Amino acid sequence: MTTEELKSTLLALLTDVAPDVEPSSVALNADFRDQFDFDSMDQLNFAIAIHKAFNIEIPESDYPKLASLAKCMEYVGNRADKD
Amino acid sequence: MPSLGADMEFGTVVEWKIKLGDVVKRGDVVAVVETDKGAIDVECFESGAVEKLVAQPGERVAVGGVLALLSGRESSSPSPLMGEGRGEGGQLYAEQATEPLSPVLPHKGGGGQETIARVKISPAARAHAQKLHVALDALQGTGPGGVITLQDVERASNGASLLREESQREGGKVSAAADEALLSPSLPQKGGGGRASMTDTMRSVIATAMARSKREIPHYYLSLDVDYSATLAWLAKRNAELPIEQRMLPVAPLLRAIVLGLQAFPDFNGYYADSAFHPSQAIHLGVAIAQRGGGLIAPALLDAQGKTLSQLTEQLRDLVNRVRAGRLKNRELSDGTVTLTSLGEGGVDAVFPVIYPPQVAIIGAGTIRERAVVIDGKIEARPIMTLTLAADHRVSNGRSGARLLARIRDFLQTPDTL
Repeated sequence: MTTEELKSTLLALLTDVAPDVEPSSVALNADFRDQFDFDSMDQLNFAIAIHKAFNIEIPESDYPKLASLAKCMEYVGNRADKD
Repeated sequence: MPSLGADMEFGTVVEWKIKLGDVVKRGDVVAVVETDKGAIDVECFESGAVEKLVAQPGERVAVGGVLALLSGRESSSPSPLMGEGRGEGGQLYAEQATEPLSPVLPHKGGGGQETIARVKISPAARAHAQKLHVALDALQGTGPGGVITLQDVERASNGASLLREESQREGGKVSAAADEALLSPSLPQKGGGGRASMTDTMRSVIATAMARSKREIPHYYLSLDVDYSATLAWLAKRNAELPIEQRMLPVAPLLRAIVLGLQAFPDFNGYYADSAFHPSQAIHLGVAIAQRGGGLIAPALLDAQGKTLSQLTEQLRDLVNRVRAGRLKNRELSDGTVTLTSLGEGGVDAVFPVIYPPQVAIIGAGTIRERAVVIDGKIEARPIMTLTLAADHRVSNGRSGARLLARIRDFLQTPDTL
């Protein structure tokens, strides 16, 4: 999966969890929480969506590593390689 | 047109889920109605065959107004034929159900699975389309699953040119600046923008309800610090063993503890009307949920009284998902008997909430934060959550309120009892 594919897959998952978020408005480096009031329920739902889409286990302690689009890309990129 | 709360005066029919001759059952979703609180699935309070759809899509109908006529509503084998049972045509009334409705069933009319496709659109986009007079059926959704986004609405309206230029310049990515000004449903209104209508309407709805509350309800307030360490330790241990889908947020034990507390102290669950308190057997626990864009909504976890922790977690997840997608059911907005407002993620220590009339109590939860507390004569750092209660003095007094909070605390500190 290329970086662009990874990014668009993550964006699709994100807007699935938060249909009221405009995909093109998502900044790469800003935390979801600061960008659009992502709350802990959104965060958990997003982690579940990533788990399902990429088939990776995500322990609770790793949730902060999914706080922004860039962090997600790094986390999923690394994890998907190893798993 | 059902009332979805004391503050609602009108609703706009967005879409019918039924057509002439369909047989509908009590509890079926028959229409989608746009309100200040987003699009709501309206459940039918009667059974019968659809004789006439009185209100047309796009029509604004006052609460109590007739939406549609049903015939043969008492018949056990209603005929889809028009005219049969005419004369006893039941109306879809605005009255709140006085007994629990049957669960919402998928619509299975005489026409088999022939349901009308729903226009998938975000609430913000719907409001914007209405403002710009853009017809929804003319829009092509480009969001996930074909959802119509704000951008699609913009594109369809005359204001699309700017975005298209921006979009081309950025190689398909609309610039962040254009987003902020025009698109993002996530940012607060910056004045003069195109999305004033939705936020302003909701603001005035909240204003009406809260002003009424402060005018009519003699509030009293209590606060209690709850040591959350036992709860958090229990939660961490539980979550570590569970697949991610079943993991629980710290709010879940709180929901369950509140339900158990309210069962012991019924003076805080119900509604106040006609100078009297009407306690409720069922606990429809409203949960205040902030909407991106500045809205606030408190839909209820219906019948929370019989639910396990896992069921409450799942129910809350479903509710939040549908708030985000603008897909609530009318009873969730009209039938709440008590409310929880959790400002835990706002970073404040305590919230002093305003009761949502005609309810008689609201419970507030602040941020769970390490604070210095004295335990057995020693100062220790513990995760503390300040629990607050605002309650109606016409119904209860501080003493029973204090016992309710203490009971909730006790449940939280012995999570195995939840």
